Amino acid sequence: MNTEISGVIFTYLLTLAIAIPLGIYIARMFGGQETWLDFMAPVERFIFRFSGIDTRKEMNWKQHMLALLTINSVWLFYAFFCLLYQAHLPLNPDGNPNQTPDLAFNTAISFVVNCNLQDYSGESGATYFTQHFVIMFLQFVSAATGIAALFVLFKAFRDKVTDKLGNFWDFFVKSITRILLPLSVVMAIILAFNGTPTSYKAKDTFITLQGDTAHVSRGPAAAMIAIKHLGTNGGGWFGANSAHPLENPNYLTNTVELVAQTIIPIALVFALGFYLKKKKFAYVMFSVMTIGMLMLLIPTMNAEINGSPAIARMGISQPTGSMEGKEVRFGPANTAYWNIITTVISTGSVNSMHDSAMPVPGFMMMMAMMTNCFYGGCGVGILNFYIFIIIAVFISGLMVGRTPEFFGRKIEAREMKIASIIALLHPFIILVGTAISSYVLVHMPNADWAVKPSAWLNNPSFHGFSEMLYQYTSSAANNGSGFEGLGDNNIFWNVSAGFVLLFGRFLPIIGPVAIAGILANKKFIPESAGTLKSDTSTFGIMVFAVILIVAALSFFPALALGPIAEHFSLK
Amino acid sequence: MRTQNTLFQGEQVSVALKQSFIKLHPRQLIRNPVMFTVEIGTFVMLIVSIYSLTNKGQGSFGYNFTVFIVLLLTVLFANFAEAIAEARGKAQAESLRKTREETPARLLVNGKETRVMSSQLKKGDVFICEAGDNIPTDGEIIEGIATIDESAITGESAPVIRESGGDKSSVTGGTKVLSDRIKVMVTTQPGESFLDKMIALVEGASRQKTPNEIALTILLAGFTLIFVIVCVTLKPFADYANTPITIAAFISLFVCLIPTTIGGLLSAIGIAGMDRALRANVITKSGKAVETAGDLDTLLLDKTGTITIGNRKATSFYPAKGISEESFVIACVLSSLADETPEGKSIVELANQSKTAPSIIAPKDSVFIKFTAETRSSGLDTPNGLRVRKGAFDSIRNIAIKAGHQFPIEVEDNVKKISSNGGTPLVVSQNEQILGVIELQDIIKPGIAERFERLRKMGVKTVMVTGDNPLTAKFIAEKAGVDDFIAEAKPEDKMNYIKAEQQGGKLVAMMGDGTNDAPALAQADVGVAMNSGTQAAKEAGNMVDLDNDPTKLIEIVEIGKQLLMTRGTLTTFSIANDVAKYFAIVPALFMVSIPALKALNIMDLHSPQSAILSAVIFNAIIIPLLIPLALRGVEYKPIGASALLRRNLLIYGLGGVLIPFVGIKLIDMLVAIFI
Repeated sequence: MNTEISGVIFTYLLTLAIAIPLGIYIARMFGGQETWLDFMAPVERFIFRFSGIDTRKEMNWKQHMLALLTINSVWLFYAFFCLLYQAHLPLNPDGNPNQTPDLAFNTAISFVVNCNLQDYSGESGATYFTQHFVIMFLQFVSAATGIAALFVLFKAFRDKVTDKLGNFWDFFVKSITRILLPLSVVMAIILAFNGTPTSYKAKDTFITLQGDTAHVSRGPAAAMIAIKHLGTNGGGWFGANSAHPLENPNYLTNTVELVAQTIIPIALVFALGFYLKKKKFAYVMFSVMTIGMLMLLIPTMNAEINGSPAIARMGISQPTGSMEGKEVRFGPANTAYWNIITTVISTGSVNSMHDSAMPVPGFMMMMAMMTNCFYGGCGVGILNFYIFIIIAVFISGLMVGRTPEFFGRKIEAREMKIASIIALLHPFIILVGTAISSYVLVHMPNADWAVKPSAWLNNPSFHGFSEMLYQYTSSAANNGSGFEGLGDNNIFWNVSAGFVLLFGRFLPIIGPVAIAGILANKKFIPESAGTLKSDTSTFGIMVFAVILIVAALSFFPALALGPIAEHFSLK
Repeated sequence: MRTQNTLFQGEQVSVALKQSFIKLHPRQLIRNPVMFTVEIGTFVMLIVSIYSLTNKGQGSFGYNFTVFIVLLLTVLFANFAEAIAEARGKAQAESLRKTREETPARLLVNGKETRVMSSQLKKGDVFICEAGDNIPTDGEIIEGIATIDESAITGESAPVIRESGGDKSSVTGGTKVLSDRIKVMVTTQPGESFLDKMIALVEGASRQKTPNEIALTILLAGFTLIFVIVCVTLKPFADYANTPITIAAFISLFVCLIPTTIGGLLSAIGIAGMDRALRANVITKSGKAVETAGDLDTLLLDKTGTITIGNRKATSFYPAKGISEESFVIACVLSSLADETPEGKSIVELANQSKTAPSIIAPKDSVFIKFTAETRSSGLDTPNGLRVRKGAFDSIRNIAIKAGHQFPIEVEDNVKKISSNGGTPLVVSQNEQILGVIELQDIIKPGIAERFERLRKMGVKTVMVTGDNPLTAKFIAEKAGVDDFIAEAKPEDKMNYIKAEQQGGKLVAMMGDGTNDAPALAQADVGVAMNSGTQAAKEAGNMVDLDNDPTKLIEIVEIGKQLLMTRGTLTTFSIANDVAKYFAIVPALFMVSIPALKALNIMDLHSPQSAILSAVIFNAIIIPLLIPLALRGVEYKPIGASALLRRNLLIYGLGGVLIPFVGIKLIDMLVAIFI
């Protein structure tokens, strides 16, 4: 087998080898059992005492969500004002300017919601202070928010008939001190030793062989690049993200970054199995997610390795596959794997330019974000998956002649209402966003914004449509990767994507947690022979079908006008 | 009045056809959000058709008008499905009601008899019925006993006995008194009998959506909304791509994508469920009860009459040591001669079969000793000083020991053996000396064990309720294959058992007839009262079984499951259909301006217009094609939930993806001839 593909398989196996024990560890840690990171306890106790938090006070789902929303809005204001006045704050050796209000709005939201869509470039658009205390800080807390919300859900299914679902602050702080922080330390060290900058000095300069003076941006980047992946954030220190040679110097760091972004989402699936003592269910869930990921990955790799038919028609051979927009040190197969991993999981970091990918990979990446639950982001991936489970449970429960129930709780009108709204929300914000931008583009091409709508798109026709569709899909999925080629730093895109980001983040967290909270309060029904078991492959197929149908059905016409049309016109 | 086998009867069809148009009224249709949006689309198409008569740009009038007609048919088909289900249910209920309409009644006012029509009877009135009279309305016997022919209601030809007091005091309107004379008090207001309620339920006026139906409607509304968004946003997308899309194409796409199939059949499925219950001779008081039946976890069944054939029978004689079999049998027969209970009779029967027994008659002037609760024995004293007794083990032993006799060990062993085999031992003594023991056995109904096995596969636990001692109860429970039993049951034990099961989150059903069953019937999630039972029992339960058949619960469970399954499978089918419809319509929308998308026309449909027409036509005709399935229900097979899901997913899921590809292609070939 060719080395490129074996490299990908090796990376995936390495991910599993770390994720499974990590899952066991997470389950033990939240289960209150002893772990070898217990030495962090005094730190946590200090934080709790300092903040006046009593972690023994258990919350119901509403209190959990109130705590989550409160602290998130505090961060939002904090981030917005820091970015707005960053030029006057310390740690700005390069003298970078303030962000404009619409850019600061977009950036603040984007990092609070774990999306990390960047309409700015790290080298010039942020200072070391904001990179550190706004962006990196948010990369930790937004990931921890997702994990904490997921644990509310886990807790709801562990205990029978209860509205006491643990303490949000406890889940939240421990997600940082026991999961994100230790892993980040290890990873940052690896990156630093491989050449990623770790310095507070201003831009470096050197004289090139041609005699020109070149400036090289740097900064304390290694630390941020660690949490950017571990927390499925994706926002890079440099504008070019992990395609930048300093952000991702070699194949080893590339592998480390690939593994890092995947381990927590996968570990959480296993953690569910161990924590709830429903291992078989976790395996079914993992299989569905993995098959979904593979179905996206294989066509992507295939298209990239085979290169572009348009170039082939010109009589140019492409022995290394489609190399436009890719780094030579990674190659098409590895890049294809990154493309899919970064989109199924809501990381959104890139090691190539997605705009240059073939139409099929573009299609697959958008599908990955439209489903947004094949592993998915830190915590939120399972929350999204859970909505599909509820719908699948409902339909299949009816199909076997029994009022649908999940983990011993009846699914009734109220839960269906929430699940339908959440399932509806994702296509709603993506399609409406794209519709508005298409409308503006066609009917107001000369609007007086920083970038005129007529100049938004780098490419005409189908590919241009994909650029807009991708931007909203990435925002709604809290992914943050860009198709690029879109002139997005202007008031229209900053603001519209900002709102899409907000809707795409908090409702899909509140919805599943609310369902779990309501279900936890319901009568527990013991299993009988008539109960539909949720840990069978049949049920797995059902969930898969629901995900596919909901995503495929709502996005098919839009995709037909974007990547599908592009693909067929390229042939 | 038994089940009609044909699904569609001429008269019902014509009523339903008329109803399909009446139901077009928006106020009625808004109850069904999916079909309501189709109606709006139809209306828009009507306007577009008129517009296209004089203007260009929206396609030809013929094309637009055809789309309009097909959409109108879609709504009409859905209305027809609901109407035919209503008509069938109503016809079934009416045929029951007819039996009781306008019979003369002999009303008693201050002791004087007057003749009135049955419709004039009010609650609390008292009337008289004698042999040959039809009972004018539902009521409770307050005086007398009578044999009654209930075949008009139950179809069972054997007459039944009804008497005042006790648990068999209820009479139903439309039945006929065969002997004797009874005084009956009317228990329901005119127009409020169970049948009247049932008819109202079927007619829709008082038909409420069940919780499950509401949840499904929400999901379907969700899907409808998604497709509203898909279609509305398609307009700016198409503008960007410079692809004009006609209104007809937009509306066709929308109507095809929203789940019209299940949306159109949903209420028909619910009505058909109640109708099926009615065909099984069960009157349900709400649609919810039928649905709940499908979820039952636990079934409480009385032993006598349900699991066993009414009464115990003598099966063998065990004489004590030193007593000849012949003399023992003679004593047994003597002790039972005056015993009118079925057990007593069965002893004489058994003795007559054995070759040793001569035919015995009681000596003249014998004194019969009747069974009392205190002595727990019966027998006879002959003039020549013979005292024969038979009775429960401990009471006869007391008699023997009091008289200074020993209780033989081998008899005691036999007693224990019989008990542990589920039998009832009766000890016989003569002049206070123990002669031996008679074994009485319960006879388990043939086929009952298989029915319990079927229930077990459905996930329903069966519990036997009996007054027997635990040992006997256990034996019968094992033999009949029930999962649990309540021995030496008092009425409150049933109640406690139900409560305990419900505490554990289970849904419990029970069947009962007596007034003392009423609290438990009310407590149970599904309480089925026998029609022969007391008024209190019937009020307490949420179903009434006209056949008085205790095994009916099994059928009810299946009807409930069928109801849910029909909804689930048709939802799946409906949504799976969308895949093919997309492949018909999406290329049709864009093919002209984006030739590359011809590649999506995998069905190779003739033209954009024919593709759109065939998709909407398929969408419309699938509704009437599925009406029989909606009315009959999807067959339930107790093969375990996962296997059932696999089966239905294969048939309705995969089938739902594939069938429309074939269907649309065929219709397209037809449509292409006309275009």
